[in-house]
Amino acid sequence: MPISNNDASLIWLVPALPFLGFMVNGLLSLLPAWRGVQDERTPAGRRALVSTVGVGVMLLSLTLSVWLFAAVSNQDSAITSSLGQWMAAGAFTVDWALSVDHLSILMMLVITGVGSLIHIYSIGYMADDAGFARYFAYLNLFVGFMLMLVMGANLPVLFIGWEGVGLASYLLIGFWFGDTANAAAGKKAFVVNRIGDFGLLLAMFLLFANLGTLDFATIMRDHAALSTPLVTTICLFMFLGCAGKSAQLPLYVWLPDAMAGPTPVSALIHAATMVTAGVYLIVRNAALFSAAPVACLVIVLVGALTALWAATVGLKQWDIKKVLAYSTISQLGYMFVAVGAGAYTAGMFHLVTHAFFKALLFLGAGAVIHGMHHALHATHRHDDAQDMRNMGGLMRRMPVTGALMWIATLAIAGIPPLAGFFSKDAILTAVAERALESPLAEASLGPIPGRVVLWFAYGLAVLTAFLTAIYMTRLMRYSFHGTFRSGADVESHVHDSPWLLRGPLVVLGVLTAIGGWLQLPAVLPLGPTAVLDKWLAPVSGSAATLLTGSGHLSHTAEYVLIGIAIAAAVAGIAVAFITLKPASLTTKAAAPAETGIGLVLANDYFVDAGIARAITGPIVAGSRKVLWRGLDLGVINGVLVQGTAQTIRVVSSVASRMQVGFAGSYVWAIALGAIAVIAAFTFRTMR
Amino acid sequence: MIREALFVSAILFSIGVLGVLTRRNALILFMCVELMLNAVNLSFIALSRLHGVSGQVFVLFVMTVAAAEAAVGLAIVLSVFRHYRTVDLGRIRLLRG
Repeated sequence: MPISNNDASLIWLVPALPFLGFMVNGLLSLLPAWRGVQDERTPAGRRALVSTVGVGVMLLSLTLSVWLFAAVSNQDSAITSSLGQWMAAGAFTVDWALSVDHLSILMMLVITGVGSLIHIYSIGYMADDAGFARYFAYLNLFVGFMLMLVMGANLPVLFIGWEGVGLASYLLIGFWFGDTANAAAGKKAFVVNRIGDFGLLLAMFLLFANLGTLDFATIMRDHAALSTPLVTTICLFMFLGCAGKSAQLPLYVWLPDAMAGPTPVSALIHAATMVTAGVYLIVRNAALFSAAPVACLVIVLVGALTALWAATVGLKQWDIKKVLAYSTISQLGYMFVAVGAGAYTAGMFHLVTHAFFKALLFLGAGAVIHGMHHALHATHRHDDAQDMRNMGGLMRRMPVTGALMWIATLAIAGIPPLAGFFSKDAILTAVAERALESPLAEASLGPIPGRVVLWFAYGLAVLTAFLTAIYMTRLMRYSFHGTFRSGADVESHVHDSPWLLRGPLVVLGVLTAIGGWLQLPAVLPLGPTAVLDKWLAPVSGSAATLLTGSGHLSHTAEYVLIGIAIAAAVAGIAVAFITLKPASLTTKAAAPAETGIGLVLANDYFVDAGIARAITGPIVAGSRKVLWRGLDLGVINGVLVQGTAQTIRVVSSVASRMQVGFAGSYVWAIALGAIAVIAAFTFRTMR
Repeated sequence: MIREALFVSAILFSIGVLGVLTRRNALILFMCVELMLNAVNLSFIALSRLHGVSGQVFVLFVMTVAAAEAAVGLAIVLSVFRHYRTVDLGRIRLLRG
C-alpha cells in the first residue's frame, strides 16, 4: 500500500497523542491542589479517568504505528511530513519535520508497544500513590518526546526529543522528591547528561558549519564532502552525546542512581527505550560513522570496556534493581560494540530483544518489590524491600513472576532459543567476522591495529556474557530460591501480584521467547533468515557494507562462534550454581560488611567517591573559596557595594563637619574666599 | 577726586566687613551690611564720572533693594528674638550639620 500525502500528514499524531495525554493528566494532577485538598490516595473515579487517558493515548499511538508499519513495509523510502518551518537563516532552514522509515518504525513499535504494556502495569503498581495523575502525565510526556526523538527528520527536532526525554527522566527519577536522595539522583542524571549533550551540540554545530544542513537525508547524501578527520571529530562528539544518554564509560554514573524512580519507570526509560537513544542515533547516522573507522574503533573499545566494567559491578550488588541497572549498562555496551563494528542490524536487534527481556526483568523485579513492600508493611517491618538478602524462596509465593523472570534470565544469559541468545550471538559473530577481515581491522586506533581492538572487544564481550550469566543466576537464586530470610510472618503476607501486573509480564515473556526470530542466523535452519537485515537495508545497509569484509565466515567458524557463546552462558550459570551459597546468607541488617574485592565491586570501584574527590569536591571548594568568599563576598560585596558606601560615608562626614552652625564662620569663609578670588585676579593682571 | 572717593569707599567697605566678621549682635551685623552697601554705592557714584550715568542709576536700584532687604531682615531679626529671646548669633546654631 503506497502511502498517499494525506496519510503522511497524519504521522504527527503519533507523538501528539501522548502529549495530549500529558496535558489532560497534568491538569488532573493539579486538581487536588486547586480544590485545596490533600489526597492520601487518588480517588478511584479519577484514577479510572487518568488510566483511561494515559493508556488510551498509548494504545492509539501503537495502533497508528502498526498502521504506519504496514504502510512503510512496502516501500524503501521514508514517509516524511513537515508541519511548517521552524527557523530560517539565509540558505539554512529547519522544519518541524517528522519522518517514518524502516529504522524509526522499529523504534516506534518498541516504544509504543513496550510503553503500552508498562503503562498498563503502572495502573496496578502505582494505584496506592497520591501522585497517580502526575505519574501518568510524566510517563505520557516521556513517550511523546521519545517518539519525537526517533521520528525527527533532522537533528534539531531529534535534539528536542533528546532533551525532552532527559527532562521526563529527571522528573520521574525524582518522582518521590520528598526524599532528598531521590531528588539528588534526578539532578545527577540531568547534570551528567548535560556533558553528553554538549558533545551532541558540538557535532551539530560542526555539521552545520561544514555541510550547511542538519537534515538526516541530506547528511546521508552529502557527507562525502567532509574530510576524514572532520567526520571523525563529528562522530566522536556525537558519541559523547550517546555515552551520556546511553550510560557508557565514563558517563554511566547516573544510571544506577536513576533506580530511585518507580520501577516501571526504570523498565521503560532506563532499560527499554531512552537509554537506547544513543544506539539509535549512531544507526541513524550510520553513513557518517562508517566513514570514520577511527571513531568506530573508539566506540567498540568503550562499549566493550563498559560491558565488562558494569558486569563485574553487577556481581556484587544486593539491591535487586541495582543488579538490573548495571546489567543494562553492560548490555548497552554490547550494543555499542555492535554499532561501532558497523553491525548496525545486530545492534538494533539487541536493542529490541533487550527492550523485551530487560523490561520483563524490571517489571518482574517491580512485582517482587511490590509484594515484599506489602508484606513488610502488613507486618509493620521497616526492612529494605529491594535487598535480595531479605528475600529468598519467593518462587513458592510468586510462581508466575518467578517463571517469567527465569525466562528473561535465560534470555539475557544467552541460552537458545530465547531472544537474547540470537541477538548476542549476532553481535559476537559480527565482531569476530570483522576482526578476521574488514576495512575496520585494517584501520588503526593510534598505535593499536583495528584487528587487535576488535579481537580484544570480542574477548571482553565473551567474558561479559559469562559474567552476565553469573550475576543473573545469582539474582534469581538469592531472591526466588532457598529459604525466605525475613521471617515466616512476612513470608505469609507475600503474594503474587494481581493480573493487571502479571498480564504485561506474560506478553513480554512471550516476546522474550520468540523475539529472536526477527533475525535468525543463516547457519541455523529455523525459519526465514536475516529478516531484520533486509528490513534495515534501506537505512543502514550501504553503510554496513562499507565496514564489512568481502569474505564470509565458513559454516564451521559460525558453529564455533555459536558454541563459544553458548559455552560462556552455560558456564556462567553452572559457576553461579556451584559457588553461590544462598543458605549461608543473612538478612541485610545482620549481614557482615563487605571486604576486599567485594567491597570494591559493591561500591562500583569507588567511582562516585573518586568523582566526588577529584571533580565535584574541588569545584565545590573552589566555588566556596574563590567564587563565594573571594569574588562575591570580597570583590562584589566588599569592594564594590560596601566600598562605595564607605567612601560616601567618609566624604560626607568630612563635609558635614564643615557645617558648624555659626553664621560667623560662614561669613569668615565667604570673606576669605572673596579675598582669595580678588587676590587671584590681581596677581593675574599683574603678571 | 575719584581716587579719594574710592579710597573712602574702600575704607567704609572694610569697616563693614570687619564688623560682620567680629560682631555677634544681629542688629549690628545688619548695620555693617548696610555700611558695605553704601560703600559700594559711593564707588558707583565716583566711577560714573568715567563711565556715564548708568552707575548712578544702579545706585537707585541698590538703595531700593537695600530698603526691601532692611524690611525683611529686620522682620526676621524680630521673629528670631521672639523665639530665642536673644539676637546673639553665637547662640543660634540651626545650620549645624
